Amino acid sequence: MEAQEIIARRIARELKAGMLVNLGIGIPTLVAAYIPKDLPIFFQSENGLIGTGPIPEEGMADPFLTDAGGRPVTAVPGACTFDSAMSFALIRGGHVDVTVLGALQVDASGLLANWMIPGKMVPGMGGAMDLVTGAKRVIIAMQHTAKGKPKIMNKCSLPLTSARRIDLLVTEMAVIAFPEGRATLLESGPGISVEQVIATTEAKLAIPNKVPQMMI
Amino acid sequence: MKTVSVEHAVRIIPDGASLMIGGFMGVGTPERLIDELVRQQKRNLTVIANDTALPGRGIGKLINAKLVSRTIASHIGLNPETQKQMIEGAMAVDLVPQGTLIERIRAGGAGLGGVLTPTGVGTVVAEGKQSIDLDGRTYLVEPALKADFALIGAFLADYIGNLSYALTARNFNPVIATAGATTIVCAEHIVPVGLIAPDNVITPAALVDYLVANG
Repeated sequence: MEAQEIIARRIARELKAGMLVNLGIGIPTLVAAYIPKDLPIFFQSENGLIGTGPIPEEGMADPFLTDAGGRPVTAVPGACTFDSAMSFALIRGGHVDVTVLGALQVDASGLLANWMIPGKMVPGMGGAMDLVTGAKRVIIAMQHTAKGKPKIMNKCSLPLTSARRIDLLVTEMAVIAFPEGRATLLESGPGISVEQVIATTEAKLAIPNKVPQMMI
Repeated sequence: MKTVSVEHAVRIIPDGASLMIGGFMGVGTPERLIDELVRQQKRNLTVIANDTALPGRGIGKLINAKLVSRTIASHIGLNPETQKQMIEGAMAVDLVPQGTLIERIRAGGAGLGGVLTPTGVGTVVAEGKQSIDLDGRTYLVEPALKADFALIGAFLADYIGNLSYALTARNFNPVIATAGATTIVCAEHIVPVGLIAPDNVITPAALVDYLVANG
């Protein structure tokens, strides 16, 4: 199984009935594909939609029904639309249960850098800073390393997204939580040993006595 | 409220004007006003919007034509031309968190001086900004934003200028309609008064100065 699919499948298990969930672009978007069909979850798009559905069938796209990347989507029964002030009242005001976002780096205390590489990539933060600051739970979906280099650092070298720590980090090699601001290994990836996780992680990890392998 | 041709509407806008423009990745952007701004070559514009869309689409057309000297937006990542002009120094770009940007505009239109937000605290966004501690939490002071013109893309406009919007094409439009000194609207459909039920009017006609006629 590819890294992205492992991550998306594992995060899908964190989503429960009745939740309002915001998925970022990239790996987070894939999470929706692994939610059981009968599980009542509403997805929010920050461009003003609760109830984002799958991509429409060919020939059925509406130019005014899009996701935050401007791509055509559908809307599920019970969907609603609203302006950007309402969208960010939901986000910043703590009304979104879970946000799943991508990352460039996460540090040992759970601080996140995911919006710019100075001098190289300056796309803008879009809604990321508001989501991390305001969502009830922040889950990060990212590959464990970038071209073999650790992305889970002692301290982020890239500009931070928020002063608020993330709640859960899921990579293809590990599930890491940050109780009391300390990176703690909860699970290792399928077929991955704890030693392999430690070897590819710059941040010092707290290792409980039992670290099960990820169920996906 | 006056109904005008698109050519007339854009003649009102001088070089150097600040424009709030509705739309999210071009969805809900008044495309005919953009095309006419390009045709009339209005220069040195300040654009305040969520994003700069894609090259050749929506606000991206203004960027391509090099008519914008300053952009205030939350995201430019899908328009490489914006990033290129920013890096070359041809255009100034202020990046603002999306929730902060829309609230600054809302404050501007609602007669408030600004907003207090936790977003950006502890990041580069906070640099040079005043912060306030209130009930044990730190907030940044973010000033209100206004513009010379608000350019609105609506779905329905009635003959007197009441507006409604379609699905995700609403986005920034109803908020910027309050914050421009002059508000110009392009609508997909212009309909008789009464056809938009009072409960479905999202932007009251009182906020609209010019409605661009069909054709």
